[in-house]
Amino acid sequence: MNLAREFTKGIWRENAVFKLVLGMCPTLAVTTSAENGLGMGLATTFVLLCSNVAVALLRKVIPSKVRIPAYIVLIASFVTVVQLCMEAYVYDLYQALGIFIPLIVVNCIILGRAEAFAGKSPVLPSLADGAGMGLGFTLALFVLGSVRELFGSGSILGFSLFGAAYPPFLLLILPPGAFITLGLLLALMNRLEASRK
Amino acid sequence: MKDISRLAFVLTIIAAGAGLILSLVEGVTREPIAEQRRLQTLKALQAVLPPIDNAPDADTVSLVTGKDKKGRDISRTFYRGRQANDLAGVAFKVIAPDGYSGNIEIMVGITPEGTVNGIEILTHAETPGLGSKIVEPWFKEQFRGKGLDDADWRVKKDGGVFDQITGATISPRAVVTAVRKGLEFFREHRQQIIETGRSEG
Repeated sequence: MNLAREFTKGIWRENAVFKLVLGMCPTLAVTTSAENGLGMGLATTFVLLCSNVAVALLRKVIPSKVRIPAYIVLIASFVTVVQLCMEAYVYDLYQALGIFIPLIVVNCIILGRAEAFAGKSPVLPSLADGAGMGLGFTLALFVLGSVRELFGSGSILGFSLFGAAYPPFLLLILPPGAFITLGLLLALMNRLEASRK
Repeated sequence: MKDISRLAFVLTIIAAGAGLILSLVEGVTREPIAEQRRLQTLKALQAVLPPIDNAPDADTVSLVTGKDKKGRDISRTFYRGRQANDLAGVAFKVIAPDGYSGNIEIMVGITPEGTVNGIEILTHAETPGLGSKIVEPWFKEQFRGKGLDDADWRVKKDGGVFDQITGATISPRAVVTAVRKGLEFFREHRQQIIETGRSEG
C-alpha cells in the first residue's frame, strides 16, 4: 500500500467533484463565496477523516449485513460533533453554512469512501484516503466558490478586486450560476486532460 | 436467529458508543454555545442602542403581542438600555414574515421618544447580492432618526421615503413594514414598556 498514492488520488486523479461528480448538493448550494466553500470543504474533510478511521478500525467487528446503518450512525455522530463545535467556537461560519452542516451526513462522498475504501482497508491508508478525498473536495469547492464570488460580487474572500464600478454578474451567485460555473469548469478540465494526451 | 441477535448486538453497541461521545461533546460545548448566543444578542443591542452603561439583556420586559395559530401567546421582549440609570433607549426584535425567502429577523433600537436609533438585521435568507443588501450600512442608516410621525414608512417605489434596492424591492419593503409595525406597537404600549419593574431598578 502506497500511502502517498492513496492521498494524492483524491486531490486530482479521482477528485470527488471534478472527476466523479459526487456530492453535488453541498457543491452547488454553498459555493456562493470562496469562504463558504472553504468552510464547508474543511468541515466535510474533518468528518471524512473521522469516519474513515472509525470505519477502518471497526471493519472486522461490523457484520456486512448491517454495515450501512452502522456507517451512517458513525457519520451522523461525527457531523453532530462538528456542528456543536462550530456553533461553540466559530459562530460566524456556523451561521453562514447553516442548514448545510447537518446535510454532511447525506453527502455521498463520505458514505462512498466508507463503503468503497475504509471498510476494506487498514487504518493508515484509510486516513490517507480520507485526507486526500476531503482536501480534493475542499479544493473543488474553493475553486468553484472563488469563481462565483469573483464574477458574481467582484471580490475574493471578501476583498473587493474590481472596485465599486464593477457591475456584478449576479446570475453566478444565484442557484443557476452554480450549475453553469461547474459545467464550464468541468469542460475546461476535460479539455486540458484531452490536450495533454 | 442467532445471526439476527448478533447483528442487533453490534448495532446497539455502536449506537451506544455514538451516544456516549455525543453526550460528552454536548456537555463540553453547552456553555460556549449559550455564551455565543448571548454575545450575539448583546452585539446587536449595542449596535442599535445609543451609548449605555447597563446590561440591556438583564433589564427586560416581555409583552404579549398576539396569539399564534394554536392560540398560544406570542410575546416580545423589550431590552432597556440605560445611561447613569436614565432610560437611554429600548430595543426589541421584530420579524418580517413577507421577505423574498423566509423570515427576516430585525433588532430595532429606539429612543424613549420613539424615533429609531438604529436597526440590525439578525437573520435572513434573502437572495445573495440582491435582497441581501438589506444588511449593508447605507440601507440600515436611513432608519436612524426617523419616527412614526415625521416619515412616510414606505419604500420610494410605493411613495415613501426609504430607498429600495435595485432589483429587489420585496426585501426592503418587508423590513420597512416590520419596523413600522414595531414602532406602532411601542407607541401603544410605551407606558408599560418603560415603567414596568421601574421601582425595583
